[in-house]
Amino acid sequence: MMKIMHHPKPESLMSCSAGSMPEAFAAIMASHIEICPACRKDLAWLEHVGGALLESLSPAHVSCPAPVMAMRAGEAGDDQYNVDITQPVGDVPSPLVQAVGRDLDSINWTPVRPGVWEHQIALKTRDRGHLRLTKVAPGQTFPEHRHRSSIIALVLRGSWRGASGHYQAGDVADFGEETEHPPIADPDYGCICLIATDERP
Amino acid sequence: MAELLQRVADSGDIEAFRTLFRDYAPRVKSYMLRQGADPTTAEELAQETLLTVWRKAHLYSGDKASATTWIFTIARNLRIDKFRRESMWVALPNSYDEEPSTEALPDEVLAEAERKARVRRALSTLPPNLYEVVALSYIEGLSHSQIAERLGLPIGTVKSRMRHAYYVIRETLKDLK
Repeated sequence: MMKIMHHPKPESLMSCSAGSMPEAFAAIMASHIEICPACRKDLAWLEHVGGALLESLSPAHVSCPAPVMAMRAGEAGDDQYNVDITQPVGDVPSPLVQAVGRDLDSINWTPVRPGVWEHQIALKTRDRGHLRLTKVAPGQTFPEHRHRSSIIALVLRGSWRGASGHYQAGDVADFGEETEHPPIADPDYGCICLIATDERP
Repeated sequence: MAELLQRVADSGDIEAFRTLFRDYAPRVKSYMLRQGADPTTAEELAQETLLTVWRKAHLYSGDKASATTWIFTIARNLRIDKFRRESMWVALPNSYDEEPSTEALPDEVLAEAERKARVRRALSTLPPNLYEVVALSYIEGLSHSQIAERLGLPIGTVKSRMRHAYYVIRETLKDLK
């Protein structure tokens, strides 16, 4: 089992627990949380924040009674409510499988410049950020990005090294407006990352 | 509340469920309204949340959290799923409903109850400027940049306030870990 060294920032975990992250960022969090027991543990107590705030809301008038008929109807066929949990296979986190398939080697990559490829992932909602896979050849630098707003990246394969450390599979880099020189992909294996940004790069 | 939910879980007690519905549906509706749903959708989503509680009650075990926390996670996931149509990313693990737990040890039940009580207390004593960003995130469903816009603050300030709130609450749980 890989050892995760870099986690999302507290404000990202909180937003994730609240269910209020832009879609692109939520995708990264879901993929990281799947493999990170420490962040799952954080989310468990953070959900009490939601519970307490829910309780503090003043009740709204509900006109319908308890849906007893629907309750009984639901008992007959409960299966439709079972969540189909896809088992992670290889290095694609299960929340991503639906969007990119199971195999990073069969992604349809678009060359950006020598040694760098990208694959845009379509999101279901507009104005909820941008999500893409980026592949960088061994020893090459990632494309220059200005952190005007926010960027969160999850390493799926290989690793990269930058001013803030060495990031391996499962690690999350969660940056705000602070800038950092473009990181360098692993000299032997290169790097594939899932990257979410507020704005189109 | 946890007791009512336990009765629903153990014996499909419809009367207990009616009481749960009466107590929770109005709050869940209120939550959906604050998240931006129109009144009809908010009521439908409140109904659906409580229906999910009924259907998944057998997965509830008092050890995981209070009933309210569990209901919050169900409402939150339904809201993301239906309202924002992002079901692809709903799979937030540790959603209580997907992890039927083994029999909880009494110690764990107590620890969880204590954790919940402390989170609540810490929340109620947060300075207003920290509480505000937490509430906007959880109740109104606003992202960091939307909160920044709403409050007319730089996004960095919103993030640092939220981070501060996180540390304040976590500090009170320190000896429980």
